[in-house]
Amino acid sequence: MKRIFLSFCFLFFFSINSYAKEVVKIGLITPLTGDIKTFGESTKNSFFIALEEYAKKGKYEIKPIIADDKNDPTEGTNAVLKLITQDKVSAIIGPLTSKVAIPVSEIVNTNKIPMITGTATNPKVTISDGKRKKYVFRACFIDPFQGQVAANFAIKDLKAKTAAVLYDVGNDYSKGLAEFFKNTFQKNKGTIVAYESYQKDDVDFSALITKIAIKKPDVIFIPDYYNKVALIAKQIREKGLKSTLLGGDGWDSPELLKIAGDAIVGSYYTNHYSPDRKDPVADAFIKKYKQKHGNVPDALGALAYDATWILLNALDRASRPTTEEILKEIEKTKNHKGVTGTISFDKNGDAIKSTVIIKIEKSGPKYVTTVNP
Amino acid sequence: METILYIIQQLINGIQLGAVYALISLGYTMVYGVLRMINFAHGDIFMLGAFIAYYGITKFNLPFPVLIIISSLITAIIAILIERIAYKPLRNAPKISLLITAVGVSLFLEYTLSLNAFFSPNYIGFPRPFEIKNYELGLISINNIHLIIFSVTIISLIILYLLIYKTKYGIAMRAASHDLEITRLMGIKTDSVISFTFGIGGALAGIGGLLYAMAYPQINVFMGIMPGIKSFIAAVLGGIGIIHGAVLGGFIIGISEVFVSAFLSSTFRDGVIFIILFIFLLFRPNGIFGKSIEKV
Repeated sequence: MKRIFLSFCFLFFFSINSYAKEVVKIGLITPLTGDIKTFGESTKNSFFIALEEYAKKGKYEIKPIIADDKNDPTEGTNAVLKLITQDKVSAIIGPLTSKVAIPVSEIVNTNKIPMITGTATNPKVTISDGKRKKYVFRACFIDPFQGQVAANFAIKDLKAKTAAVLYDVGNDYSKGLAEFFKNTFQKNKGTIVAYESYQKDDVDFSALITKIAIKKPDVIFIPDYYNKVALIAKQIREKGLKSTLLGGDGWDSPELLKIAGDAIVGSYYTNHYSPDRKDPVADAFIKKYKQKHGNVPDALGALAYDATWILLNALDRASRPTTEEILKEIEKTKNHKGVTGTISFDKNGDAIKSTVIIKIEKSGPKYVTTVNP
Repeated sequence: METILYIIQQLINGIQLGAVYALISLGYTMVYGVLRMINFAHGDIFMLGAFIAYYGITKFNLPFPVLIIISSLITAIIAILIERIAYKPLRNAPKISLLITAVGVSLFLEYTLSLNAFFSPNYIGFPRPFEIKNYELGLISINNIHLIIFSVTIISLIILYLLIYKTKYGIAMRAASHDLEITRLMGIKTDSVISFTFGIGGALAGIGGLLYAMAYPQINVFMGIMPGIKSFIAAVLGGIGIIHGAVLGGFIIGISEVFVSAFLSSTFRDGVIFIILFIFLLFRPNGIFGKSIEKV
């Protein structure tokens, strides 16, 4: 009697197993709290939209595991170690920022777990000391390109002759972007009148701004995230400085206009995509996001969505959901039609993509132009 | 001429920062004077002052003078509570236990309040209770926030002076800072003197937090760490335990911080501050006003 019961149990167990899809664990590392939490939220929301779409037709059942990195490299490394050793994920999406992605990419590379970051733009994320990190990819352009576009735009379109740069010395993204901007700006016969740094927790910029104010630069380039930019922009305007402010993709948050208000109106920044651009894939995603969360997704969310879909497509193509098979299929990704444009990887695992320039107006961000690489 | 104006402009920036450091460092120095302990949780009291003001503005729309009173009152009460709960049981314990407890209280405050149920770990924009106005005096621009910070700091310092030198509690406090044991033997309730000291220190830090948040309008739970450390350096610089030393130290630190950014490079700013501390510890460990007599 007992044997019959047991065999029934077995039968039952196996029949369930053969009907259910195989489970694949995917980790997401993103800052859900801290100084850039709106980016983390939009990234997470977009990640889940991609997973929901995949659940309807995908080969595997995805078990998402979310980790909060607080935009802190130490937290990020702890999070990725937990994802790899405890949760045993097969692939990772994120981290969002370069300063977290650089140490995390080292860890995933030595542990041989494929990782796609949607948004970390510093070159060092996929390369260290001239060596390609084989397991790391990104769905966005890199900072040398972004800095170059911003500098060219300042010189050609804004007719700027002098520029000041203010950057966060402890942040790889900010530091890298500042440097690339400076190089291109000087190459085009512009003068950098001030090249000043600050620390992550600084809130008092009065000394720096007073220093910059006497030089009256045409533009001030502030490659940092929205929170800090809002604070700096306010203090710049309070000192009566009227230079045009310029920035990078870290500016793309609705919070920027909310916190900085009039101080930031009239500024420009480079970005990955503009929701104004007409495109069926983008429109479908934006519509879905709006329905669920009530606002238009920022570029970081859109990139996370693209990164997730690149991974999911690779996973579906893979014969087995092992890390090696997934990696092989990610490498093969070509002309992926994403929200932020068509994505193919170059030999460094970086996406070859165009960048858009956006102007901040009283009503919100407005598309200005697209620059191709 | 241009350079002189530039120096004056930077000096204004430095005084603004220094005023806040002075307010915080007073708390360090007074507590050290009476208890011979370094209250590392003091930077977090400063943070609490900013957050109380934030909730006062956003939830109750309080006017600025009321904000000062509320911020300083609540932070004073919290400082007294911290002393009663965390430090008083250790009155006869070795000094090192007190120090470690202070670090513990600081971490407890920071990480408990950074939970989403309380303040959350996020950066929050601080709404100013009034519009900012710029006044141009030739090439020098000064705004109403500068003026308010200067005047509030000066008024606070005057009140502090009156409290310490003109009231019985102040006399008791100064006596306690000479020798706590003898003061107790003289029949003075030293416990309430200590509470009084913590209360005043907390109130000043609370005002400092409000002013700081107004000048640099962004707050978060960890905002007290760096200003706390720098104010502590200021207190050491002026001679820890000496009240006018702390005020002077605060202004020196604030102004040198700004001047390093202005004339050297902003990258060296914090480094220079710590080098100043090293030099003082090496050559004048008792600070500017400190007597070289060994304190027991």
